[in-house]
Parts: sequence; C-alpha cells; structure tokens
Amino acid sequence: MATAAALRREGRRLLLSPTVPKPSPAAVSAAIARSTGISQPAMAPLGARTVSTQVVRNRMKSVKNIQKITKAVKMVAASKLRAVQIRTENSRGLWQPFTALLGDAPSVDVKKNVIVAITSDKGLCGGINTTSVKVSKALHKLTSGQENESKYVILGEKGKVQLVRDSKESIEMTISELQKNPINYTQIAMLADDILKIVEYDALRVIFNRFHSVVSFKPTVATILSPEVAEKESEAGGKVSDLASYEIEGGETKSEILQNLAEFQFSCVLYNGALENACSELGARMSAMDSSSRNAGDMLDRLTLTYNRTRQASITTELTEIISGASALEGK
Amino acid sequence: MLRHAARRLASRAAAPAPVWRRALSTAEVPAEAAEDSSFVEAWKKVAPNLEPPKTPISLMQPRPPTPAAIPTKLTVNFVLPYKSEIANKEVDMVIVPATTGQMGVLPGHVATIAELKPGVLSVHEGNDVTKYFVSSGFAFVHANSIADIVAVEAVPLDQIDPSLVQKGLTEFTAKLGSASTDLEKAEAQIGVDVHSALNAALTS
Repeated sequence: MATAAALRREGRRLLLSPTVPKPSPAAVSAAIARSTGISQPAMAPLGARTVSTQVVRNRMKSVKNIQKITKAVKMVAASKLRAVQIRTENSRGLWQPFTALLGDAPSVDVKKNVIVAITSDKGLCGGINTTSVKVSKALHKLTSGQENESKYVILGEKGKVQLVRDSKESIEMTISELQKNPINYTQIAMLADDILKIVEYDALRVIFNRFHSVVSFKPTVATILSPEVAEKESEAGGKVSDLASYEIEGGETKSEILQNLAEFQFSCVLYNGALENACSELGARMSAMDSSSRNAGDMLDRLTLTYNRTRQASITTELTEIISGASALEGK
Repeated sequence: MLRHAARRLASRAAAPAPVWRRALSTAEVPAEAAEDSSFVEAWKKVAPNLEPPKTPISLMQPRPPTPAAIPTKLTVNFVLPYKSEIANKEVDMVIVPATTGQMGVLPGHVATIAELKPGVLSVHEGNDVTKYFVSSGFAFVHANSIADIVAVEAVPLDQIDPSLVQKGLTEFTAKLGSASTDLEKAEAQIGVDVHSALNAALTS
C-alpha cells in the first residue's frame, strides 16, 4: 500500500515536471553529461528516468541567434552595396581614355615589377580575398625571373595576413583602413602619391576584383608602365600603340608630361580598382551571409525535429512506466 | 534544295564567329577579341589551374580606326572620377585649357597629349556652348577624331559663387606672402593659380 502510494506520488511528480532531474546517482551522472554539452539527447544513462532536452534547446537558441546576426549583416551589406555600385559604375569611364591611348600590355617584360593588390579589411566576405592573393602570387611567379624582380604593395588587412605568411620579404608596403571613410578620389590620389614616393617601378600591376554582378566578381589586372618603359615599348612597336605619333603640348620636356601621365593613370586606375573591389566585397559578403543564414535555418529545422523526437520519446517512456507500474499493481 | 543549302552556307560563312553569343543584359562588354594571348599563354604555364585575370583591354569598347577622310564631327568623352560628364557626343569643336594656353580641337586635329591647367573647357555644338571650369587633368586627341578629356574636378560655370572666389583669392595670396617652406609656397601658389583662373573665367 505504502509502495503503491509512493509510486503514484512519483508518477504524479514526473508528469508535472518531466525535466526536473531526479536526485539519484545515475541522474547526477546524467546531469554532468548534460552540463558538458554532449549533444546526444537520445542517450539515456542507465537509471535516469528522463532524458533532458536542454542540450538541444541550447543549440537551437545559439543557431537562431547566428541566423539573426547573419541576416542583419546581409541587409547591411545590401544597403551599402546599392550606394557603392552607383559610384563604381560612374567611375568606370575613368581609366578608358588611358587604355585607349596607351593600349594594354600585361605581358610586358620589365626588370622592376610592383604588384598592387587591393583586398578588404574586414572578413566574412566569401573567397574574394583568397582569389586576389592567388592571382597576385601567380603574377609574382610570372614576373620574377633571373633579372626581373617583383614586389608587393598591399592595400587591406586580409591580403596582408595571407601574403605575410610566405612572401614577407617581397612586401614593400602595406596600407590598411582604406574604407574608414567612403572612398573618394582625393584620398586615393594621396595614397597613390605615397606609394609612388616609396616604390621604384618599371611596371605597376593593380589587382582587384571587378564587379560584374551581385554574384559574379572577376579578378582583373591593370598594367601601368613607367614613362621610360612606355616609350621603349612604343618604339619597339609592341602593344602600346604609336605613342610617338602624339604631339605633346606643354611642359618643358616630353618626359615630364609622360611622368605626370603615368602618375595620373595610376591614381585613376587605383580609384576605379578600389571602388570595384569594395563593391565586390559587399556583394560577396551578401551571398556569404545569405548562404550562412540558409544553413542556419536548415540546422534549426533538423534540431527542431530532434528536439521534438526527444521530447516525445521521454513522454512516451514516462507514460509506459506509469502504466506498466499501474497495471503491475492491478495485476496483484 | 541545293540552292537553299548554298544560301545557308554562304550566310553562315558571312556571319562573324562570335555572333552566337547570347546578348546578355550586362552587355557593355563587346567581343573579347582584344585579349592578350601571350599573357594568357604565360599565365597558363605558371598557374594552370587558375583562370587568367581579365585585362582592361577586354573590358572596353574597341576604338574605331583612323578614317581616310577628315570626319565632320569630333567625338568627345569627358570623364570625371565620379561620373562621365560627356560620353561619345558628337560636337563641332572643343576648347581645352592646356598648360600652353587655350587649345581649340577640331575634327581632324593632329594626335596630341595635353596636360591641362585650371581653366575653362568649352564644348561647341552648333550654336550651343557648354562651359565647365576644370581643375586639371589630361586631354588626349586621337587620330580618329576622338577627344578624351580626363579631369579631376569640373563644375559648370553658372554654379560658381563669385564672392567665394574672391575670398579664396585673397586668402591664398596672403598665404603665399607668408609662406616659408617650399611646400607651403607651392601649395599657396596652386591656390592662387586656381582662384585667379576662376576669377578670369567668371569675368570673361
């Protein structure tokens, strides 16, 4: 009688609070297992009456938070992208006159190459920085030979971090915090001036990701030749179109004008490259965060199913225990 | 039957190769015939698994060749860092403020590279004249009667405030007088030049 009453009391207590862990040694070990965050909710340590769904619930909460954060980052990137995209498309006309005048000679063979790689400062933007670094490294291999040497100028933290690992001695200078204020021409012109003061170059190769659409960014390399090399190439009749046929107006010497031209070209190309890269970064961040939110959503669905299964299994177990206990008593 | 086949073969042979590219909505990029093949070759040797990067030549419209006779109109492209002010517009004449003075460019002008100083750029189309004050930049005139003007900053003349110009002029003249280092002198000189050019532009 007393045992039956005790059992009935037990049953009621279990029904009322299915997740309160019972103070028994097996339950204590179960509690320890739970607190270490082992996510195996189906495993019921021997002797424990209930399996807790706490682990699953904690995971669900954290996954939901991650989903909210990634959705927010995506929205921010999308709104910034709209503004930068307009400015990028407006700046696309800037480098075209120079290419129309001087042609394009990416395969030019010169002694001093400087590779200017434009990368981003912040992460969470997919694989664009890795692509830029891969292209820079390949260009470095292409342009360094017996007498040719090749140096890096890196804009952006992410590129610096990757290139410092194996090409530390080839890095001439690094610049970060490019996008603290929205990119404008004055800032880039001063930056170009700083770079040109420090590096000696025969050819500058600017690498950036060109923005084709929100999901497609192509690595692009723009080559700028120093005035001496440009003159040499035009005399040799290379890809640089007949530069010699152009009359030079103004200035004391032709080389002074060509020097100004090369510097101006560098700042224009760098401006366009920085804008295109910023656009690509935002687009890549949008798609990375979008796929991240979607993955979090999938994970949440799976966890919800597991949670429900665990919950229902524990309820079923308790019901069967009570009923079998009751029927055992009746059977007496 | 044979006649039809011959006609079809002839029409296919006449059509240029890249015609079966679907017109994309982002089709500002024309046929990529102008790719640097030697660059692509060298690239493939160094990095065979990586696609070669694009180069600017493949990203812009190819320019037309020099025509035999002098064309009647000049095609002008006037670009600023933040927008393309004039794009492929056919005009009669353009006067650019080169460092050697105002230079008039007519169709058939000899190919020239001119550095610009702060001054007035005027575009003449029939009887309309549009004037801009240009800070500095470069002007390229090509043999095919296309003029490219790249400037850092340009403002239509009617948007300039004369009182601010006078104020700036007096300020920079004072700075020039009190400048000690070469750098300060150069900066003050540039300020004086720009403001006096602005003044001249507004009064003329």
